[in-house]
Amino acid sequence: MSALAALTRAEVEDFLYREAELLDAWELDDWLQLYTADARYVIPCTGDPGGDPSRDLVLIDDNRLRLQARVERLNSRKAHREYPHSNTRHLVTNVRLGAAGDGELPVRASFTVWRFRGGRETSYVGGYEYRLVLDSGALKIRSKRVVLDMTALRPASDVAIIL
Amino acid sequence: MTLITDHRARTGSQLVNEDAAARRFRVHRSAMTSPAVFEAELEKVFAHSWLYVGHESEIPQPGDYVRRPVGGRPVFMVRGVKSGQVNVFHNTCTHRGAVVCRRDRGNAKVFQCFYHAWSFDSEGTLVGVPGRDAYGEDLDMASLGLAHVARSQSYRGFVFASFDPDVPDLVDYLAGAREYLDLVIDEADGNLQIISGTQEYGMQANWKLLVENSIDGYHAASTHDTYFKYLVSLGTDLSVGVSGVTRDLGNGHAVLEYLAPWGRPIAKWEPLFGAQAEGEIAALRARLAAEHGEERARRMCDLNRNMLIYPNLIINDIMAVTVRTFMPTSATAMTVTAWEAAPRDELPEVRQRRLDSFLTFLGPGGFATPDDIEALESCQQGFASGGVEWNDISRGMGRSPQATDEEQMRAFWRRWRDQLDGAGPDGAR
Repeated sequence: MSALAALTRAEVEDFLYREAELLDAWELDDWLQLYTADARYVIPCTGDPGGDPSRDLVLIDDNRLRLQARVERLNSRKAHREYPHSNTRHLVTNVRLGAAGDGELPVRASFTVWRFRGGRETSYVGGYEYRLVLDSGALKIRSKRVVLDMTALRPASDVAIIL
Repeated sequence: MTLITDHRARTGSQLVNEDAAARRFRVHRSAMTSPAVFEAELEKVFAHSWLYVGHESEIPQPGDYVRRPVGGRPVFMVRGVKSGQVNVFHNTCTHRGAVVCRRDRGNAKVFQCFYHAWSFDSEGTLVGVPGRDAYGEDLDMASLGLAHVARSQSYRGFVFASFDPDVPDLVDYLAGAREYLDLVIDEADGNLQIISGTQEYGMQANWKLLVENSIDGYHAASTHDTYFKYLVSLGTDLSVGVSGVTRDLGNGHAVLEYLAPWGRPIAKWEPLFGAQAEGEIAALRARLAAEHGEERARRMCDLNRNMLIYPNLIINDIMAVTVRTFMPTSATAMTVTAWEAAPRDELPEVRQRRLDSFLTFLGPGGFATPDDIEALESCQQGFASGGVEWNDISRGMGRSPQATDEEQMRAFWRRWRDQLDGAGPDGAR
């Protein structure tokens, strides 16, 4: 607990930059290791930023099992939307640390994710809401909620990449 | 010889070529690439069909409204405070044109145009004009209410609108699709609800490719390999395959009804749902059998339905129920709006299984839909290559149509052909 509370913003930023770097390098197996066994990765629908995946339709509601399946899918040659992979660039900014409590550190950040593929470019803009924990001394992600600012997935079409 | 780069408007019969004797059905690729065909569709298809607006469960209370484009036109649907009825209005002030409903959803007794502050109530009546005395006695308030769309009707909660005052009544228009809509609604004990949350996306492909794809059983195994691998990893038995029938339901509507490996919240258990769900699902099934008889309950529980309601509404009752509509913005692009439907009074754990089941396959973040988007955009890119003029939609013409055949697509194309040829709503020229 005290270790979480003692984390500096620079340390947390380093951690988030590491995640972005792994995603942009398509090192998805290593990326998954940043997540706890009880992790959740949620993207509510555009236009419904408060969407609750236990009640509402969202875009993505992955537990660890589905995150694993998502990684296996994207690593295969049969995820047609992402084979070959897009070039992506995850830009993480405006990082703000909340008050640590219950063994978790809430962190907010802004992002832009650029995606380039087949001569087309699209971008995603929004906010990340993380809940970070210390797991055997290592900083890990228990929850990542991605709230999109766009009013529709147009021209982005889909969220086949990991944001 | 016609060329794919030739964008003259053609008749439907020139674009859809059916040769029953040769068991060959072809669609000219310019139907998917020509701006002239797109312009013709706006006039001949979208201005003369019933188009899905929304579901009554989205606006349960007086004054509840949702705003959205229908057939590319901004409209809004509001439950009248006085009448309790669903009103569908053109979203434009009768004074100088600004939109009067400016939020996607909400509740309002009055819709006030912000430009000059003319106000309309939820029945569309003009109730306020600032400085009315400037018009003397000449302002006919009664004739300046919001414009209703030419026709709007609801079938058991599904609200449709048409911009054609002469379109046949909705129940007649639905033809054979009614039986299948009834199955989906009766599964939910007649109390179907649209779950909060709207998936809004789009793709760079002609809209008719999504018509075909949404009711295509042939592509499942090849395109959606990663989804099936996920099911297998959880213990699902794929040996059942995809087997069933396809049907032409009249008026361009069509359905694919089939057995598939995945589970159904109502009511076919699969390992994905967890062992604790097995008893609940068996109980659900027994209740439906008691109410509807074994045969109808078997269809409800075991069989999947991918249904097209012509021209652009898909209701797929598969591993979850999705309601999806789409609209071209050009010959080569479309917007897509998708919702999830469920029984209103579903238990939270059943609802959770349904939500999980939906997201695993469906939607822009699912394990399948992004690959469909890729397939359709890939077709569109392939058309641009030229060299090949026709798509082949002949599969299964020589046999009683099965789930991996294309009869359901032919049903769509025949109606589309007739509309582009200029046929009236009843098929008369």
